[in-house]
Amino acid sequence: MNRLVPLLAFAALAAVPFIPFGREGGYVLLLVSRVMVFALAAISLDLLLGGGGMVSFGHAAYLAIGAYAVAILDANDVSEAWAVLAAALGAAALFAAGTGAVALRTRGVNFIMITLAFAQMVYFAAGSLAAYGGDDGYSLIARTELFGWPVLKGRGFYATAFVLLLAGYLLCRMLVASRFGRVLRAIRQNRQRVQAMGFNPFTVQLTAMVIAGMLCAVAGVLLANLSEFASPAYATWQRSGDLLIMVILGGAGSLHGALLGAAFVVLLEEALGRLTEHWRLIFGPLLVLSVLYFRGGLAGIGAKRD
Amino acid sequence: MKRYGALLVTDSVDLAVLPGTIHAIIGPNGAGKTSLIHQISGIVASDAGRVLLAGRDITHLPLHRRARRGLARGFQITSVLPEFSVLENVALAVQATAGSSFRFFRPAATEAALNQPAVAALARVGLEARAADPARRLSHGEKRQLELAIALAAKPRVLLLDEPLAGAGPDETARLVALLDSLRRDCAIVLVEHDMEAVFALADTISVLAQGRLIASGGPDAIRADAGVRTAYLGEAA
Repeated sequence: MNRLVPLLAFAALAAVPFIPFGREGGYVLLLVSRVMVFALAAISLDLLLGGGGMVSFGHAAYLAIGAYAVAILDANDVSEAWAVLAAALGAAALFAAGTGAVALRTRGVNFIMITLAFAQMVYFAAGSLAAYGGDDGYSLIARTELFGWPVLKGRGFYATAFVLLLAGYLLCRMLVASRFGRVLRAIRQNRQRVQAMGFNPFTVQLTAMVIAGMLCAVAGVLLANLSEFASPAYATWQRSGDLLIMVILGGAGSLHGALLGAAFVVLLEEALGRLTEHWRLIFGPLLVLSVLYFRGGLAGIGAKRD
Repeated sequence: MKRYGALLVTDSVDLAVLPGTIHAIIGPNGAGKTSLIHQISGIVASDAGRVLLAGRDITHLPLHRRARRGLARGFQITSVLPEFSVLENVALAVQATAGSSFRFFRPAATEAALNQPAVAALARVGLEARAADPARRLSHGEKRQLELAIALAAKPRVLLLDEPLAGAGPDETARLVALLDSLRRDCAIVLVEHDMEAVFALADTISVLAQGRLIASGGPDAIRADAGVRTAYLGEAA
């Protein structure tokens, strides 16, 4: 199951651009692109939540950091991918290291609240950037390009997002299985035991936060390009909550569960949003039911239990 | 002979643990035995006094840095990693002493450099047959064995054990006592234990703690003969 499901999921994502949807084709591609962007963000969160047991309620901050890296450079006539990525990754790493160093001094509910507070700071900071649209957000002049090549337009966006998602997924899988990931998983199970073995949980968890933050910032870069827009709303706590829902609904700790969860949430949001503007009224109970009946999340359906 | 071991002073508790020996700490409930172990291992900070390991002051080092210096410990309530396999539990302990853990790419589960010493430690405690099982499936006694394997894998100088026999059945107890007896060769052991039969069979030195104070310390025979100890502690148990 652990190999088959992700394989099928990525095969399906690779096949989408080749399925003739007729007039709906463009719309489907856009929707699935959105799924992939949020899947990348959710997978990076799963590295923290499922891997290290860190319930970060502020992960959307990194979406905004990535998006504003695009916006601020765009306003200065820079749309080269390497420059954008360097800015996004650098800013995300700094933010993760700074806020993580504070947040990791706490655990449990306090950790949740502190990560939330830091994300709110990003939200308000983004809203105060008057030169970049303030509360209204910023519309991009040009999409990000790779050596002048429009890699994030039309089908190019889909292909780039697919490659980045696949790379991010494989990277996280490798991290989780490595020496580093093993310590991270051990801390989640029994922190004191790991300390007594001679590991310092703080540095291991902080490193994980920096890696996850940088990965999510890549998703932020994609999100800004997808909507040609950067908005403070990317950093709202609702968005952080959505990411958590994707991970938990998909099955925390499996990584590909985050992908399934992202697809489920984005597609359901779209479908229910067509029915009624009060779609969250339906979404809420569905969420409760799925948590009650699918303990291992979507990734756990059909998996063996012991 | 060069003397090395742990020295601790708290509420006038002063004890030295010599290499290759088992130093038992006994005393009635609430005497401060677990607190003492916590202070030595670094889980609880001492308000005063010092802890020396091999002559070096480790009083102000956090738990994980003391572990790196060669202080391993078992817990009163068994403490293993339930989701990991038995082998992975021990391999992680090996990893703590074998090179950096900031390696991000190679899968750790197939690293022979980690698994071979781990298998050896498991064999030492007689648990190699369960290596592939998840740790949560082990019986209570087996978890105790696993804790010992985790501690041994780190090749510690001093091993702190807080009631390693608690909750074990008679067969398991006999096995664990024999195991502890054989571990003496590898490292000094500080043993907090309520099972007097085991304590008197194993210990080279016994220190008696009552109300946070050391009331006697000496060989098993001397402790057995000590009148003060009898009234304070052994009298109640007999």
